Amino acid sequence: MRARYIVLSLVLLGAIAPFFVYPTFLMKVLCFALFATAFNLLLGFGGLLSFGHAAYFGGAAYVCGAVIKQWGLTPELGILAGAIYAAVTGALFGWIAVRRSGIYFAMITLALSQLIFFLALQLPFTGGEEGVQGIPRGRLFGVIDLHDNIPMYYFVVAVCGAGFWLVYRTIHSPFGHAMSAIRENEPRATSLGYDVAHYKLLAFILSATVAGVAGALKSLVFQLATLTDVHWHMSGQVVLMTIVGGLGTIFGPAIGALTIVSLENQLADRVGSWVTVIMGFIFVLCVLLFRRGMVGEFNAWRLSRRTVRDGK
Amino acid sequence: MNTQSLLSQLLLGLINGSFYAILSLGLAVIFGLLNIINFAHGALYMVGAFCALLAMQWFGIGYWGALVLAPLVVGAIGVLIERLILRHLHQLDHLYGLLVTLGLALMAEGFFRWAFGISGASYPIPEALQGGVDIGIMFLPLYRAWVVVASLAACFATWYVIERTPLGARLRAATERPQLTQALGINVPVMVTATYAVGVALAAYAGVLAAPIMQVNPVMGSNLIIVVFAVVVIGGMGSILGSIVTGVGLGLLEGLTKLVYPEASSIVIFVIMVLVLLVRPAGLFGKIA
Repeated sequence: MRARYIVLSLVLLGAIAPFFVYPTFLMKVLCFALFATAFNLLLGFGGLLSFGHAAYFGGAAYVCGAVIKQWGLTPELGILAGAIYAAVTGALFGWIAVRRSGIYFAMITLALSQLIFFLALQLPFTGGEEGVQGIPRGRLFGVIDLHDNIPMYYFVVAVCGAGFWLVYRTIHSPFGHAMSAIRENEPRATSLGYDVAHYKLLAFILSATVAGVAGALKSLVFQLATLTDVHWHMSGQVVLMTIVGGLGTIFGPAIGALTIVSLENQLADRVGSWVTVIMGFIFVLCVLLFRRGMVGEFNAWRLSRRTVRDGK
Repeated sequence: MNTQSLLSQLLLGLINGSFYAILSLGLAVIFGLLNIINFAHGALYMVGAFCALLAMQWFGIGYWGALVLAPLVVGAIGVLIERLILRHLHQLDHLYGLLVTLGLALMAEGFFRWAFGISGASYPIPEALQGGVDIGIMFLPLYRAWVVVASLAACFATWYVIERTPLGARLRAATERPQLTQALGINVPVMVTATYAVGVALAAYAGVLAAPIMQVNPVMGSNLIIVVFAVVVIGGMGSILGSIVTGVGLGLLEGLTKLVYPEASSIVIFVIMVLVLLVRPAGLFGKIA
């Protein structure tokens, strides 16, 4: 019941927000929140640390941008193209990576994403160091002009909302429970008859596809796709957002994305290179002391209060 | 393509391979003996190079002094990192070690970028090693030959200590059975700290070697570290000899690719990694299933 109220108030907030807060900032937060939520599906619920998610996020941004610029497609088709790219790449890379686990899995995904990075650097349609610039936002379904920030904002909210809903339904489905079982105790899950590799691969593909949608959306918001989006630092960023927000929680990654994007926004103008230092420091601090992240710590606090109260 | 360009490209490949070898050796030592993925390795390599630069700019200490000083300084930093930070993560999933060292790498890079800007500075080749020698088939730059010799010497010395000496045996025992080893009276925590310090000191040593031939800039480690990770995965993450051989081999392969198909030279190592993992999941020399 409480969840329903939270969602309702979020929807209301989302509807009126662009009239109070700079819409581009909100759209950036939403895109990264979706990216982090997709990533959390794999890490928080699947227990698989993919260190190469920038390949799907940034790669889809490039694909969407290139497809719209070169073939003049409408934005929803551009996002679809990005999603298809992410799904295919996710399937291929996932199939290679899930054969190993833990650290090896992370290293493999990292190296595979480097392939995408160098492809993005060298392929003719990606524009090398400058990336794909001036991507037209076009007309949604050929009708709604997205160049104005307000319609674009609602489009982003709609797509991200659909993405969040998809991840939420996945987590609370038999598939999601199987993933949790695999994360908790893989040998036992195998002994119960679950095809572990199959589940991991499916989760990987789903996570990659949603991340791709987030990336394609971002390329439309900023009308830009650059090498930063496919660099391994971006993969590190999404890990940071997820951990800061709370691994394995529903709202955690979104909160983490909000925190990190806001911090970067506020600090970038004032402190230059110190942003990286501060991000690194937050990383170290979170891993050492706040492993459960903001939402995780909040949940634990609520639980301890309830236990104390009920225990009397 | 004439012999001169082939040989000079191979020499370049050998030099890059030596760097891959010494850096992946440090990573393999730290992972093999401590089970920590040290993402800060590239940043500490960069700090080593900067130590050499600053030692010259601030204290007038030359190259040869820096070769000794930088590993000592970075080794001390490594001791601090291990004792203050990594020690608390031993009982957790390895991934937290990876994440915390990534955070440290970001902090180091950001700090140096703020302090020195992104373009970096150049460091002169020491006088004794300037110039080159004509060996008939090509003109061999002295410093580059020295780099190959110095790094491979350090690699084999490390391998020898770990695999062939009593100290190395104790180190390996401490990794496999820490509690039993400690019960036998060997100070395991000190060995763990020392291992991490030696691993990163190797990285700093590589940094000093690199300073005269690569621009000393804050992102020099970041660009290199991903390739080094691929090398370690290909070689087999626990194997020390594996990382040396693989590092040199892949450096040579990269050099050859530059001759034949230059655009592919940056991705050839990653492609090899995928192929190796499909055929031999533990890596070429790996021992773990």
